[in-house]
Amino acid sequence: MKIRAIAFNTFKEAIRDRILYLILFFAVVCIGFSRLLAILTVGDRVKIIKDVGLASLSLFGALMAIMIGTGLVYKEIEKKTIYTLLSKPIHRFQFLLGKFFGLVLTLFIMLLLMSIIFLGLVFFHTFKVEWHLLIAIFFIFLELCLITSVALLFSCFSTPILSSLFTLAFYLIGHTAWGLEILIKKIKSGFGKALAQILYHFLPDLENFNFKTEIVHNLPIPPKIFLYSILYGVFYTLFVLTLAVLIFRKRDFI
Amino acid sequence: METAVHIENLHKSFKLGFIPKTKKILKGISLTVNQGEIFGYLGPNGAGKTTTIKCILGLIYPDQGKIELFGHHHLSLKAKAQIGFLPENPYFYDHLTASEFLYFYSQLFLIKKNEREKKIKNLIQVVGLEKWADLQLRKFSRGMLQRIGLAQALLNEPSLVLLDEPLGGLDPIGRKEIRDIIVRLKEEGKTVFLSSHILQDIEMICDRVAIIVNGEIINQGTLQDLISEKILFTEIVISGVDIKELENMGEPFSERGGRTLLRVRKEGDVERVLELLRSKKGKIHSLIPRTETLEDLFVEIVKQR
Ligand SMILES: Nc1ncnc2c1ncn2[C@@H]1O[C@H](COP(=O)(O)OP(=O)(O)O)[C@@H](O)[C@H]1O
Ligand SMILES: [Mg+2]
Repeated sequence: MKIRAIAFNTFKEAIRDRILYLILFFAVVCIGFSRLLAILTVGDRVKIIKDVGLASLSLFGALMAIMIGTGLVYKEIEKKTIYTLLSKPIHRFQFLLGKFFGLVLTLFIMLLLMSIIFLGLVFFHTFKVEWHLLIAIFFIFLELCLITSVALLFSCFSTPILSSLFTLAFYLIGHTAWGLEILIKKIKSGFGKALAQILYHFLPDLENFNFKTEIVHNLPIPPKIFLYSILYGVFYTLFVLTLAVLIFRKRDFI
Repeated sequence: METAVHIENLHKSFKLGFIPKTKKILKGISLTVNQGEIFGYLGPNGAGKTTTIKCILGLIYPDQGKIELFGHHHLSLKAKAQIGFLPENPYFYDHLTASEFLYFYSQLFLIKKNEREKKIKNLIQVVGLEKWADLQLRKFSRGMLQRIGLAQALLNEPSLVLLDEPLGGLDPIGRKEIRDIIVRLKEEGKTVFLSSHILQDIEMICDRVAIIVNGEIINQGTLQDLISEKILFTEIVISGVDIKELENMGEPFSERGGRTLLRVRKEGDVERVLELLRSKKGKIHSLIPRTETLEDLFVEIVKQR
């Protein structure tokens, strides 16, 4: 109930934020740009549109998550609105969860808008609604939830600029961590291998949420991998949120 | 009498700076606020008033000390449900209108849905914002923010209202209106804890005060206890007599438009001045005995440190 009130206020605040629409605008431009690319290249035009479209959704969604995720908690602290909020009979974790769900709701709506435009463009080429693309988009959404929780975690104790950079780093590392896996296979053994293995287990692997290629090329996906990715997303997000709550509970609002 | 706020030996230090250096802010604060009174927390800027209030609210955690509100631990939801808080220089979600904002906060209390609208309307009226109920808070002036801040502090009909510099940055009319509201709160049986660095505010409405300087409480009690009722001097404004004749009775302080402001120290001298005036057919425009004010006490105390 209290969490819901905070979530809806966060949602309201976010959708009245101009930065979101700027990013949305660029996303739409990019999705539209895929059509131009498709015309200029030989090969399967529809596949290019799908590729570029899904990539845009993922990238701009992540940008939105980082921008509003790091901005909104910090704003409450900086502008001191949190003083009156936390003096009400609520627990600090309720505040943080409210923020989280509000941000997730915002991202959901934004992703929905982008998806409608994207599916519309695809429909314009194939004359059928390709619902299976929604599977890829669902995993993009899971990834955005995780990124949001990371943005929240960082903005519990640092400035928006630093938090944005940290979260961006998380995103970039998350999409390149699979490189470590290859590295581990190449390294014979010893300290280097152990280090790489430890890193591999602790660093996020956001490629778990990347089903773009499979979906676009209609490749079969084993259900086990599906389930693994969903659980990975849910538990990683819960873990990061718990960490955020633990830090947030201890902090002083000087 | 029941106690509303009980603070015992409260200590707090901040670690500040790039290379953290510990700075002691509160050095063993103890105070008691009785139910139903207006309690003034008085001290110069930077004394630690806001820090104390933040400790009470659980916005910061004290290093040491005990805080109880109505006998409950100050962080229990039971205690928090009974308090209202107006921060210093209030600022609120500027994307919301006044009523939207109050509606949002009303959801954080267990106020029934069908009672919310009525309650919000009533509160907006109490703080005199009827005309601006649907204006976004970003367009609110300082004084209006103070009012909406007061309204949100009263949403839950708190038994204890904590106001941090509630009259700061207001014009004289605004000050009077907020002061009236505070007095009304007391009449309704609420306890008010208000901080200020301005003495007149406190002097006019507070039952008891605590004076904090540099993180320590140096005096606490009823106003009568802190200030002697002794008359310090009497100010008399007269005209129609030669000042030279008054010289040994008081100090002529200023002259304007033929009137003289005379400051008389001894009580017997007041009578002599009046007699002289009567015999010389002079005029008396005003006579004000000045007792010690909180300000005198305050200046004295701060000077000693
Ligand atoms: N955010 C902050 N950063 C650094 N110092 C602070 C901060 N907030 C308060 N202080 C220090 O704490 C002391 C007490 O501040 P405060 O409680 O706000 O005083 P008051 O409310 O009585 O004016 C001040 O000396 C101030 O220097
Ligand atoms: Mg202050």
